[in-house]
Amino acid sequence: MRRRWIAPSAIVWLVVASAFFLIPLIATFLFSLQSLQTNKCCTSAAYSLIIHSHQFWHTIRLSFVLALETIAISLLLFVPTVYWVHLRVPRFRPVLGFMALVPFVVPPIILVVGLLNLYKGAPSWFYDKPYGFLATAYVILAFPYMFFSLDAGFRAIDVHTLTEASQNLGASWRTTLVRVILPNIRVAALGGSFLTLAIVMGEFTIASLSTFQTFPTYIQFVNETQPYEAAALSLLSFLIVWAAMLALLFVGRGRPRPVQVAATR
Amino acid sequence: MAYLELNELRRSFGPVVALNGINVSLDQGEFLSLLGPSGCGKTTALRLVAGFDRPDSGSIVVDGKDMTRVSPNRRDMGMVFQAYSLFPNMTAEQNVEFGLRIRKNKRGARRKRVKELLELVGLEHAVKRYPHQLSGGMQQRVALARALAIEPRVLLLDEPLSALDAKVRVQLREEIRRIQTQLGITTLYVTHDQEEALSVSDHVAVMWSGRIEQMGTPSEMYSAPATPFVAEFIGTMNRLQSVVVDGERGEVEHAGTRLTVDAARGRTRGEKVMVLVRPELLVLEPSANGAAGDNTLAGEVVTHTFLGSVTRLKVQSREAELISDVATARVASLPVGQPVVAHVPNEGTRLLTLTEEPASFELDPDNP
Repeated sequence: MRRRWIAPSAIVWLVVASAFFLIPLIATFLFSLQSLQTNKCCTSAAYSLIIHSHQFWHTIRLSFVLALETIAISLLLFVPTVYWVHLRVPRFRPVLGFMALVPFVVPPIILVVGLLNLYKGAPSWFYDKPYGFLATAYVILAFPYMFFSLDAGFRAIDVHTLTEASQNLGASWRTTLVRVILPNIRVAALGGSFLTLAIVMGEFTIASLSTFQTFPTYIQFVNETQPYEAAALSLLSFLIVWAAMLALLFVGRGRPRPVQVAATR
Repeated sequence: MAYLELNELRRSFGPVVALNGINVSLDQGEFLSLLGPSGCGKTTALRLVAGFDRPDSGSIVVDGKDMTRVSPNRRDMGMVFQAYSLFPNMTAEQNVEFGLRIRKNKRGARRKRVKELLELVGLEHAVKRYPHQLSGGMQQRVALARALAIEPRVLLLDEPLSALDAKVRVQLREEIRRIQTQLGITTLYVTHDQEEALSVSDHVAVMWSGRIEQMGTPSEMYSAPATPFVAEFIGTMNRLQSVVVDGERGEVEHAGTRLTVDAARGRTRGEKVMVLVRPELLVLEPSANGAAGDNTLAGEVVTHTFLGSVTRLKVQSREAELISDVATARVASLPVGQPVVAHVPNEGTRLLTLTEEPASFELDPDNP
């Protein structure tokens, strides 16, 4: 069999792109191995300190649970909405698309001030708890990522025909959504979920201004006080987010089921 | 009492009247095709029967039960769609099984039924394949099996063959008819392809502008069209605008030529009529001097279109363009440019009273 020929320019670009991503990681890794006492390489003391820190585990668990909560709320909220818009009121799709751009336009600092004022009178189980207030803010923040992913997923299937075929066979709306529509937009839902996870695991402004201790605020705290530990923490957080994404991919994957683009009506 | 009744069904979309009061009666086990050009209302009618849309007025009665306001998932209508509608996340087997699972049938009974149906449509070898691993024809076969699995009261087919190539289309339409006859299931079939409708149906309803222009057996529709539109739509027809000159002898005048047509007997003198002659009934003969004899029209061969056993000749006469189907073996004697005479037969020729100019309509571009 003939070997595929790769252009030298492609190899150059690959090396440049790899260097762009890898050099900072390698530099961070080398920095994190330095000793606080001697400022020389190499010790794993920074990693050991972080792994044995109670704050580290507490904040990472909080951020991860918050991410899962945000993903769950977003999917529950946006999948039926986008489905309904595609099926019954397609003229509202641009309106929804415009609304989804708002979190990009409004800076998080403005958003959090507005939300703090809006929910000032809310019950304490919501206002004072990260799983209430923060999750709500994160759902708003994740709206554009979730919406555009789902929208692309719904556009790739013939929603009308699949819905009508399902109903014609006796399925209710709920059965149609759960057993016919959802499995066929799974890739899009996973895409939106990955982005949401990455956003929540790295969101600092809202958490900090609303005085919640999440993983990003912990990173910031360590960064101000312990430089080598901060570098180690950055690398760990990078690996944790990637591991979480892979886990999500693994959980939501199942059998390979290519989505078929149906014929036009 | 008929098994399926559509009574005065009306449906408008804003100012557009899609259905303007159609009436259909179908006995159990009969196969009716709704035939017409794009936008005539045939798919709207089918969607109303399926329950995907609600009529503005009128009723849909199946086996004595009023279904007009029943939701689509409670109607027990099996439908095969124009677009490929198999669930992409399920295998052929799971697609066919879907309706049975919804009905909570027992696993053993489900498996048996799925196997029977996939054998019926000739796909027993493809049970584990996903839709993207099946050809268009195979997908529509699975869709048919899926619609039949639930033992529907009425089988609805919405142009199921329009996305398939010509050979598969002919093969599959014959299979649909075979299965329909075998199961004795009442069927409503929507198509814009007249050949398809005539070849598989017990009855054909030609629709235009939201109305049923004519309904009858395929043979009646072909041989006795009731309106100029039906005459034009079903098969090819020579249309000769004429005036009755002698009702007793059945004589009409077309472009200065007198023609004797049995169908004109008893008509009033001066009545404007349209003489309809099928291309296979119009006999062409070479004419040395271009002169016309009795019941003939003179003209000149303009084009040949090879159709296999026959060749379609277009003849330009003084006022009309005539079409004649000639046995291909005979065509050598009628080359392009040859002066000919076309014999209009006494019998088999239809006559329609012209009240107004027949309105124009557009045929579907992929099925001219």
